[in-house]
Amino acid sequence: MKKVNRRNSISRILGIALALMLAFSTSIFAQEGDVTAGKALFNANCAACHKLDSKSTGPMLRGIEARLAEDEGLDREWLYKWIKNSSALIKSGDKYAVKVFEANNESIMTPFPQLSNKQIDDILAYTAQPKTVPDGGKQLTDVPPVAPGGFSSEMILWALIVLFGLLALGLFLVNKTLRKFAVANGTLVEEEAKGTPIWKAFAQNQFLVIVTTIFFLLGSAYFGYGYLMQVGIDQGYQPIQPIHFSHKIHAGDNKIECKYCHSSARVSKHSGIPALNICMNCHMNINEYNGETSAKYSKDFYDKEIKKIYEATGWDAATRTYSNEPKPVKWVRIHNLPDFVYFNHSQHVMVAGVDCQTCHGEVQEMEIVEQHSPLTMGWCINCHRETDVNFKGNAYYDKIHEQLKEKYGVESFKASEMGALECGKCHY
Amino acid sequence: MASNKKYWKSVEELNENSSIVDALRQNEFVEAIPVDEFLGDKETLESSSTSRRDFLKYVGFSTAAATLAACEGPVIKSIPYVVQPETIIPGVADYYATTIADGYDFASILIKTREGRPIKVENNKDAAVKGSANARVHASVLSLYDSLRVKQPKIAGVDASWETLDAEVGQKLNELSAAQKQVVLLTQTFASPSTAKLVGEFKAKYGNVTHVVYDAISESTALDAFEAKYGERGLVDYDFSKAEVIVSVGADLLGDWQGGGYDDGYAKGRIPTGKNGHKNMSRHIQFESNMTLSGANADKRVPLSPSDQKVALAKIYAGVTGNSVSGRKLSDKAEDAIAKAVRQLEVAGSKAVVITGINDVDAQSLVLAINEALNSEAYDKDAPRKVRQGNDKAVAKLISDMKNDAVGGIIMAGVNPVYTLANGNEFAESLKTLDLAVSFTMHEDETAMHTKYVAAAPHYLESWGDVEMKKGHYSVMQPTIRPLFDTRQFQDALLKWTGNEKTYYEYIKEIWSTNILSLGTSWNKAVHDGVYSTTATVSLAEEATDAIEASEVEETAVASVDVNSQARKLAGTKAASGMELVLYAKTGMGDGQQANNPWLQEFPDPITRASWDNYLTVSQADADAKDLKNWNVANGGLNGTYANITVNGGEPMKVPVIIQPGQAPGTVGLALGYGKKAGIKEEMQTGVNAYKVYNNFNTVQNVSVASAGGEHEFACVQLHNTLMGRGDIVKETTLEVFNTRDKNQYGDFFFNEKPHVSKDHKMIAATSSEADMWAEFDRSIGHHFNLAIDLNACTGCGACVIACHAENNVPVVGKTEVRRSRDMHWLRIDRYYSSEETFSEDDKKKEEFSGLFGEKGSLGGFLELESPADNPQVAFQPVMCQHCNHAPCETVCPVAATSHGRQGQNHMAYNRCVGTRYCANNCPYKVRRFNWFLYNKNDEFDYYMNDDLGRMVLNPDVVVRSRGVMEKCSMCIQKTQKTILDAKRDGRQIKDGEFQTACSAACSSGAMTFGDINDKESKVAELFEDDRMYHLLEHVGTKPNVQYHVKVRNTKEA
Repeated sequence: MKKVNRRNSISRILGIALALMLAFSTSIFAQEGDVTAGKALFNANCAACHKLDSKSTGPMLRGIEARLAEDEGLDREWLYKWIKNSSALIKSGDKYAVKVFEANNESIMTPFPQLSNKQIDDILAYTAQPKTVPDGGKQLTDVPPVAPGGFSSEMILWALIVLFGLLALGLFLVNKTLRKFAVANGTLVEEEAKGTPIWKAFAQNQFLVIVTTIFFLLGSAYFGYGYLMQVGIDQGYQPIQPIHFSHKIHAGDNKIECKYCHSSARVSKHSGIPALNICMNCHMNINEYNGETSAKYSKDFYDKEIKKIYEATGWDAATRTYSNEPKPVKWVRIHNLPDFVYFNHSQHVMVAGVDCQTCHGEVQEMEIVEQHSPLTMGWCINCHRETDVNFKGNAYYDKIHEQLKEKYGVESFKASEMGALECGKCHY
Repeated sequence: MASNKKYWKSVEELNENSSIVDALRQNEFVEAIPVDEFLGDKETLESSSTSRRDFLKYVGFSTAAATLAACEGPVIKSIPYVVQPETIIPGVADYYATTIADGYDFASILIKTREGRPIKVENNKDAAVKGSANARVHASVLSLYDSLRVKQPKIAGVDASWETLDAEVGQKLNELSAAQKQVVLLTQTFASPSTAKLVGEFKAKYGNVTHVVYDAISESTALDAFEAKYGERGLVDYDFSKAEVIVSVGADLLGDWQGGGYDDGYAKGRIPTGKNGHKNMSRHIQFESNMTLSGANADKRVPLSPSDQKVALAKIYAGVTGNSVSGRKLSDKAEDAIAKAVRQLEVAGSKAVVITGINDVDAQSLVLAINEALNSEAYDKDAPRKVRQGNDKAVAKLISDMKNDAVGGIIMAGVNPVYTLANGNEFAESLKTLDLAVSFTMHEDETAMHTKYVAAAPHYLESWGDVEMKKGHYSVMQPTIRPLFDTRQFQDALLKWTGNEKTYYEYIKEIWSTNILSLGTSWNKAVHDGVYSTTATVSLAEEATDAIEASEVEETAVASVDVNSQARKLAGTKAASGMELVLYAKTGMGDGQQANNPWLQEFPDPITRASWDNYLTVSQADADAKDLKNWNVANGGLNGTYANITVNGGEPMKVPVIIQPGQAPGTVGLALGYGKKAGIKEEMQTGVNAYKVYNNFNTVQNVSVASAGGEHEFACVQLHNTLMGRGDIVKETTLEVFNTRDKNQYGDFFFNEKPHVSKDHKMIAATSSEADMWAEFDRSIGHHFNLAIDLNACTGCGACVIACHAENNVPVVGKTEVRRSRDMHWLRIDRYYSSEETFSEDDKKKEEFSGLFGEKGSLGGFLELESPADNPQVAFQPVMCQHCNHAPCETVCPVAATSHGRQGQNHMAYNRCVGTRYCANNCPYKVRRFNWFLYNKNDEFDYYMNDDLGRMVLNPDVVVRSRGVMEKCSMCIQKTQKTILDAKRDGRQIKDGEFQTACSAACSSGAMTFGDINDKESKVAELFEDDRMYHLLEHVGTKPNVQYHVKVRNTKEA
């Protein structure tokens, strides 16, 4: 790896030099590429396996052309050949082609015969861009934007409170002063003789006491029952997980399909907590977070969480191999159904076509996932009562649906009418 | 109204100045209370930092804290795979084809695994040979999770590593090889081509190695006879589906006779087929001593003592071949039966077959000659079975060699000779004198206790292997789970010790690729299918005992077999002077390998219905003569006296006695495989070891029986043995009536008479809507499940019982609980004896009762009907929840915990049940089971649900029930729901045969058919319309969804 490092630094200097040369000389090479078009092409075709500044599935690409010219004496023509059909080049016994092939675990690069030379030029132009020094400029500031010249609502509130306080004080003082005058003038009006205080009258009225007691008892019974029925319902349960996995970033910002990771929801009763190899499908190459951040969830924070996957899978980022001891992640289970309930994800997801969000809430907006639904039997049953069975395009239902239509003369049937309320369908 | 009344307690109080009264007024207690005594030293108490107030504070605080802590829910952790194997999806079962070959049971099977854990055995329908599992094979998956397995190799009782064991054994082997001392490989029957070759290589490396194959329950005589006649060591394979007449002399063809597995073929021939009015089925005549499954299923059963059986066989031989053999005269009944059997054999000709289980070379070769003479179609000598290869003489020679110091070392695999040999103790003694003794074993059993090296062997579900059960039919054994412990299989060890670097897997693969598989068949396909059949001759070393051994066995040239002289020898068998003991293997226990398996211990024997025991079966006549008794006690248990049995003047053995109807007088029976003491849980150490009297590998021994008094408590699940003339429970008829009394002619009164009830003094059908108090529910749309049980095909083998256990997490409750009728079997197989000679005579007798007293009085008559006949007819009837459409249980449940589904299943919501048991009381079929205790994680029930290992076998789709809950057969709703869901997901209709219950899938005899009767194309819908169909207790009007099919007996005598 040392060699790579050395080349890295050299190449960086070279890259910058190249960029400078590009900037000041009109033509070093015959053709010049369009950097913006090159970036788009790079992201569409290359980014799956290549990164600009580090090795990924394939080698790093910043300043590739200059490096090749410098180290190997290869020109752009060689690159055209390589990009359009690398395996042919390897087969032809090209020395450097074979070397590159072997250095990259003998993984064959996808051929891109569809790319024109112009397009390749564009890409190369993009890769020849010097690296921008990270300045933290991307990071968003966390202080909420203060509207210039305006007051925040909080300040208005405080001002009002102070104002009302002053008013109350003023009134009190006025009252006190007036009273003093009255006493001084001897015009103080005698207070009327008070009758029995209201609470005493209340206590003496037996009927009222009894009615109130009954109301009180009924009320506490009502709330007591309500409270007790909440026992064991963990709606809103939001435990801290060993790895801060943000569904917001994955399912929300990056729009990854739920069932990409929770694939067993299609075929199994379990939605399945994805195995770590699923994470590594992407995170083998994505080792840092470049999206929106906040004070609490900074880029640093997320990058550390990504490192935790590497630690758990035993991935050595330096050698790009699984060489360390894997340490399985102990996630905290959020949705816990009792043992005596049988629930099958595939039935709901595939057959009924229920969206994940129907039961799990807007997971794609949750930074930390919580239990959205109460998961009580009443909740299940309610949905079964309200939901129409999805007969459409399912050959299983063809015969049954025909028979039902004929018998009852209606088109749609609720799940409950098809036996979804029977005890034995969920309890066995 | 003031009163001056004064109340006083004693006269003393009237005296105002009494000092006593005054003192009493001041002090409540006259004497000081000895507080110090019970609060200890007053001083220390006062100086104690914890005052009474503090104490109460602590109590209050801790109570409050505990209460608060209890409010918080537990945090449940989930740990996904780091790298998920492609084939595993959590929640979805995988199936792998493999093979069991433990030396006693051989079968090609499928293993259902969940998240990598094998949880159930299924039949491999692709297998042409032995593709169905019996009760023991179904239970074998639990033996994998046996907590008493040897977890790593041991040297002299101390845990060791395989490296040390390899080094030490290797050194010993080299020393012995150098010293030219004999090394013996004593193994079970592997029937494995690869193992045979490997043993050959081992021999070549060390020289002076002999391989002795040893079957605990030997079939050596049959092998010898076959070898003498056909020059190859094997067993004839019979196809009973092709036989119209089956005559068995002492062969339990539905049990483990010659390797077992004949049920399916037999049952096929037992279902009447053909044109209406001319339907035909096989006729089965059984001569036997003990009541066996075969005898119970036979059309005619003749109880005969073993010595009489020999004569009978000789006479059958004489009759069939026309040779004159004069034997002594047997009883008139027997003579008559033999004559009729011979006539039927002659009539049936090539459609007939004769078999025998007599442990005698002469008898076995006679059978071969008879079948050859009949030219029987059911007789397959060309592709013999290889599942038994043990050689008695070689084993006997080995024992004498060991005594004479002619053996230097022994390596044992899959055998437990110290336990299974009659002279096991001697064997144990001579083991100690050897330089090298290695035992490959799963348990620290009797043999392992006497060997220095205990090599921990894996279960077959953790091993690779190949098996040739029948010539040309190969099966692959593949692991379905990684080894749970630090174990190594025998073959891998042999490879290591021969200096071969390969694993046994690579070794097998190479042999299969080069020698067995034809071109175009890949190894992967063979592993996937689990079976491979070929007609091409495969050139491979034969397993079986060495040629060296065979040469010392008296050589009989193929041509020199003189069957006539053998027949004369047999015919000359004298009647036994005393009692004869017939040793047998129980359906549940076999040779006793799986004695530590609680499912098998609790499995009720199909004949006696007793679990957790072996016992001496005695005929009523002998029991009366010898003062042996059985009686029922108040708690519903069956008790019996003990008997002392002495064989060959050996030590007397004290055995409990069960009086067995149908036991041939003058004989007693005793099951092998019990009485194990080593490497087995205490609860499972049941019964007595009958191997101790298995002298000379002969299952028949002369014995003297004497009463030893005492009182033994059995765990028998059926106390009432007869039907009391209630022919509508097990309906049966004869083939003749079945063919002639048809429905068109007789209406509802045909051979399967429908019950009638009287309404307004008119007889109406009990199932008609007029007799019904319930409104009918329309079930014509969607699925409507039915389970059909054909009493003709049911042999009572009990595979379904164990399959149900495995599928539905049925708990094991133990002997004392079974005795209290608290067994939890969801599916039971009732066994009934007739009280008269036949069931129809019972019915007739009951019909003819008139009045209470007198000759035909019902009082005395019913009492007589309670006791079974000496040689009764037997009927088996599997009974599980009948899933009544008008279920009596549902109407009485106060909390609606049991309710009906529209698919015909009677649901049971365990979490809703409060345990009133009204339902069980209202169930006419008595199929509901109550959880009296918590059977999991409870030290009182230390069977398999009490340790983490044992719980791995639980089916995650079925809830484990708790205490105080009623449970019962669910008609495997988890399986039907799964099938429906799969079809919905694939968007397709469900084909017939896709719906299965655990029992119907396990039933290889075709007795159980499950399906949807709304699918008019289905088999079960067809069976529903069959004339033989009836419902259990039809007159009650419960409209069950379980159908039974009338048992037809072939009483036709030639």
